[in-house]
Amino acid sequence: MNLLIDKITKDQLRSDIPEFRAGDTVRVHAKVVEGDHERIQLFEGVVIKRHGSGISATYTVRKISNGVGVERTFPLHSPRVAKIEVIRHGRVRRAKLYYLRALHGKAARIKEDRRKAFK
Amino acid sequence: MTTKGILGKKVGMTQVFTEAGELIPVTVIDTTPNVVLQLKTVENDGYSSVQLGFDDKRQVLSNKPEQGHVAKANTNPKRFIHEIRNVELGDVKVGDTIAADIFEAGEIVDVTGTTKGHGFQGVIKKDGQRRGPMAHGSRYHRRPGSLGAVINRVFPGKKLPGRMGNKTVTIQHLEIVKADTENNVLLVKGNVPGAKKSYLVVKSTVKNTK
Repeated sequence: MNLLIDKITKDQLRSDIPEFRAGDTVRVHAKVVEGDHERIQLFEGVVIKRHGSGISATYTVRKISNGVGVERTFPLHSPRVAKIEVIRHGRVRRAKLYYLRALHGKAARIKEDRRKAFK
Repeated sequence: MTTKGILGKKVGMTQVFTEAGELIPVTVIDTTPNVVLQLKTVENDGYSSVQLGFDDKRQVLSNKPEQGHVAKANTNPKRFIHEIRNVELGDVKVGDTIAADIFEAGEIVDVTGTTKGHGFQGVIKKDGQRRGPMAHGSRYHRRPGSLGAVINRVFPGKKLPGRMGNKTVTIQHLEIVKADTENNVLLVKGNVPGAKKSYLVVKSTVKNTK
């Protein structure tokens, strides 16, 4: 991308984001504003895609909630996310796991990848 | 309301987080210091305006009259020179520079630029008309339709194929998200006309603001 744009947005980038890829299971601590107070809502699921670069980067987390598939896309550098926890690394052969939408139950499992030890 | 204006160059678009954590789309406009090349007054020229120059070019690309004109402001020949009428930039003199700091975050501006050229296009792409059915022997696919009554001429303004884009367009009422004095850029909410690296005129809006 343009160097000047990088420079302008640099101070908004977060440095506390763990390394994770599509196929990993993450727990996202999303901040939710209710009326005038704020609380943390957890969203745990499989990362099915990472998209974009720089300030515009996003990731999509998919989970099965009450038998219904729910996907949520978060901006990677959003200040509304308190923390991203990587729970499990998954071994997948695609960058975008859209095929998971058609699968459920046992077929939708992802093999664990022992890439590296958790910190 | 005071009118302010500056010249710039479209750098591209990006996103910015607000305090509340909302992402807003912004266009980055590079406003490397503009130089005041000439001041026009009502007494002298019949109207008042400030002539600004933006983006240096090499001496060899300019002719003698150009060089003489910029020499008065003690600067290099400029690629983009534009007048802004009835402008209030405070006490400016020829040769002064004007930077992004004349604007503040939250101000409303109008941005003028030249849209991307699309070449010779039909009425479907150019004017948004609908096409006819492609099948069932319709034989009427992407044509402009009837040219109107038979009066041996076509009414002015009839939409017909032709050149699309490459027009001067003003987008009104855009909010300044940030005036970055360090990098000398303006971040304007939303999109502005033209391709990247195209020249723009940013002025205080003519619309009523609250």
